[in-house]
Amino acid sequence: MSNELIGARVLRKEDNRFITGKGRYTDDINLAGQTYACFVRSPHAHANIKGFHISAAENAPGVVAVLTGLQVLEDGLGGLPCGWMLHSKDGSEMKQPMHPIMAGEKVNYAGEPVAVVIADTYEQAKNAVEQVAVDYEVLQAVVDTSSAAEQADIYPDIPANTCYNWELGDAEATSQGLAEAAHITRIELINNRLIPNAMEPRAAIADYNTGTEELILYTTSQNPHLARLIFTAFVQIAPEHKLRVIAPDVGGGFGSKIFVYSEETTISWASKKIGRPIKWTAERSESFLTDAHGRDHHTMAELALDEEGNFLALNVKTTANMGAYLSTFASAVPTYLYGTLLAGQYRTPSIYVEVDAVFTNTAPVDAYRGAGRPEATYVLERLVEKAASELAIDPAELRRRNFIGKDQFPYQTPVALEYDIGDYEASLDKALEMSDYAGFASRKDASQRAGKLRGIGLSCYIEACGLAPSALAGSLGAGVGLWESGEIRVNPTGSVTVLTGSHSHGQGHETTFAQLVSAKLGIPIDDIDVVHGDTGKMDFGLGTYGSRSLAVGGSALSRAADKVIAKGTKIAAHLLQTDAENIEFDAGEFKVIDSNEGKTIQEIAFAAYVNHDFPIDELEPGLTEKAFYDPVNFTYPAGTHICEVEIDPDTGVTEITKFTAVDDFGTLINPMIVEGQVHGGLVQGIGQALLENCVYDTEGQLVTGSYMDYCMPRADDVPSFDVGMTCTPCTHNPVGAKGCGEAGAIGSPPAVMNAVLNALGQTDMDMPATSEKVWQAIQNAAASN
Amino acid sequence: MELTQRLEIPVSNQVVWDALNDPLILMQCLPGCQRFEATAENCFEMTVQAKVGPVKAVFKGEVMLTEMDPPRAYRISGQGQGGVAGFAKGGAQVSLVPAGTVAQPATLMTYVVIATVGGKLAQVGGRLINGAARKIAKQFFTEFVRIVCKQEAMDVVIETIQGEG
Repeated sequence: MSNELIGARVLRKEDNRFITGKGRYTDDINLAGQTYACFVRSPHAHANIKGFHISAAENAPGVVAVLTGLQVLEDGLGGLPCGWMLHSKDGSEMKQPMHPIMAGEKVNYAGEPVAVVIADTYEQAKNAVEQVAVDYEVLQAVVDTSSAAEQADIYPDIPANTCYNWELGDAEATSQGLAEAAHITRIELINNRLIPNAMEPRAAIADYNTGTEELILYTTSQNPHLARLIFTAFVQIAPEHKLRVIAPDVGGGFGSKIFVYSEETTISWASKKIGRPIKWTAERSESFLTDAHGRDHHTMAELALDEEGNFLALNVKTTANMGAYLSTFASAVPTYLYGTLLAGQYRTPSIYVEVDAVFTNTAPVDAYRGAGRPEATYVLERLVEKAASELAIDPAELRRRNFIGKDQFPYQTPVALEYDIGDYEASLDKALEMSDYAGFASRKDASQRAGKLRGIGLSCYIEACGLAPSALAGSLGAGVGLWESGEIRVNPTGSVTVLTGSHSHGQGHETTFAQLVSAKLGIPIDDIDVVHGDTGKMDFGLGTYGSRSLAVGGSALSRAADKVIAKGTKIAAHLLQTDAENIEFDAGEFKVIDSNEGKTIQEIAFAAYVNHDFPIDELEPGLTEKAFYDPVNFTYPAGTHICEVEIDPDTGVTEITKFTAVDDFGTLINPMIVEGQVHGGLVQGIGQALLENCVYDTEGQLVTGSYMDYCMPRADDVPSFDVGMTCTPCTHNPVGAKGCGEAGAIGSPPAVMNAVLNALGQTDMDMPATSEKVWQAIQNAAASN
Repeated sequence: MELTQRLEIPVSNQVVWDALNDPLILMQCLPGCQRFEATAENCFEMTVQAKVGPVKAVFKGEVMLTEMDPPRAYRISGQGQGGVAGFAKGGAQVSLVPAGTVAQPATLMTYVVIATVGGKLAQVGGRLINGAARKIAKQFFTEFVRIVCKQEAMDVVIETIQGEG
């Protein structure tokens, strides 16, 4: 690869259209004859539906159709599936309630759609929704995560509201480690439930053509091919060759747009019924109620240490809230993306984790930026910090003492993963230096003199990214392989169209992938366009989540570029009348070794399409190549985050005075984009730690359903971040990249909480550390002294 | 949300009790009430327009008088469906104790108001429901006092209602 482009801060190609208002999002698209859908949603969290009264709405002005959950039942549509089969300890399959696209007989969370009104205009649809009456018989709602298993069953065939009781690791060795310990640190934590809040709410337009019997769905998806697969194979909306899913510009997802939801599916079904396009755009209220939420764990954990502070064993017991139904990847999040990460960066010899997943009358819970890995990091890094405090060992030193050494890779953890490479001390040392960890004591003194409480907290995280090695994922229950496709079309005049199964909804793939292909082929980056998000354009793809796009999608493109070079070499050999072995490719030129003869890749591309003299038995025309890349392992980004806070004891307000993030993402293609990803992740993690909290009342009503009650982080809540990098390139993919999209949200919450608790001189507090909670903790401590 | 208030009303216990059981008076007292019709003994259908924070809706539902203990106490409770706005449930436990003399009758009225909401009302108005329910309760009992009292005594009682809670 031409090295000057790898690691270059190339400005984002896509930003011209975004900052000049020329982005084309789903709601920007309008089709001739388009109708509008508005949904009727259950105001109750748990109720039997006793009847629908729709005739008034059907007769309202402009109404084209009113469809209810009863018609979904009559049409025999399949339910929305969960793509990852989990098994309980006893070997039984996880329990999966039927998830109808609209409820006809029973509602299981507040906001669940029960009917849809389709009208000529949005206003007419919204007005007619008022005319739909639904009779409910209200049932007692199950809301609380930790007690859900003891409450009345939501589903008759799912005892104790339990989806599965899952385990990983060696229970016996872990008990033994605990028995032999010189010291045991215990912790009980709630990982607070979050609402994703992508800037663009979910939206869709379904357009069924009665002539061609083709359905085109424009939608806000992170993985349009997966949506198409589910629509076809499970819900039976349309056969795959007659269904095209287009995810145009998408304004953020954070995981919430991976999943296949009721509304997009319903309008696809409905468009076929009415023979006209239907548009639906979520209101922000609907996003709060129905976008899959994140986190929501209740955990007890214990860490056994010997006299020198070496970790002996870790025992973790978690209850995870699935919500009312299993969303697309929900089952995997608190298990294979959580339990497997509990080794962290440490050599802990024995680990045992049990996870009980429970159903409640709340919105489904699924992957949200980090997905399981923030929860694992939070447990481990809170626990390690607490152990350091109990043993009066410097928290950085305790971590260093237990790190997997850089010469110990590949390293097999006791929880299924084999880390390929890393250098955890390098990241820690750099973070300690950048944060002036040594100077903290004097800064604390200065704060004290000013009447403030200063604290510092560390978090050494690891994540498994680059989802995923298909064979491993399959053996763990994944319903699909998790490879990625990439195609490179070198056009006759030498420009390049790159097609990827990954999807960009803010990540800057159009720049990063173009940089990668430009570096591989020596074609100017301005001559390269990246196309994504259309099942009609590329074969298949598995989309963007789990920090996989560059590590897996980029690797597919790297392989495709190798094939272009191989094909170009053959064409060059033909044109230059030599053998392919005599051609070498470098910086966009195919050269005959030891001669001045050569052809540029642009000349080769032109010849590939216009020449008449190819020996077609040996050499086909054209210069288009594709590759399907299936990783052999996960990638393991890791790093150290250090947060420093100052708390005003009179108000409980926590100010983050300094936040240092040092990450090892392997090879960086575009450091500017990587830093942007880190910044975004950090803000989301800080939001979780200090501000955000999704709350349902005891009746299952979402009481944090607007920005008045759900506090999002704003620019003035965060400092200017100090971001540093270390680099151990991934050993098993051709790019050397590990993935950077989620790290900020994974590493930061425990760093922030450890800093807050350090400032308060306490060891227990659940997120978010709001000013009220911090102030109360200060008051309680003062009262008990 | 729960609100408790005590009022001394300068009319006899029986007068207050009769007013509390008069659908026309109840309808006048309930702010935004557009319809209030008896459907059975102590059962009424109502239509009420109400606003909670940003959500304005017409609620259709029923009101029931239960736990009747004339002329000392009853429970008035209601629930209404507000369409896309969600639903509201609420009520008041009202008790009356004679407090005056034959010459100057008075009644000590105590009421405990509770209210819950669901759907959009809870989602965007949950934090405002306390204020909204208090306001509705205060409007209700202010109007009630206005109707049952003589003019000169009325202002004192109304001041009590507005001042507390």
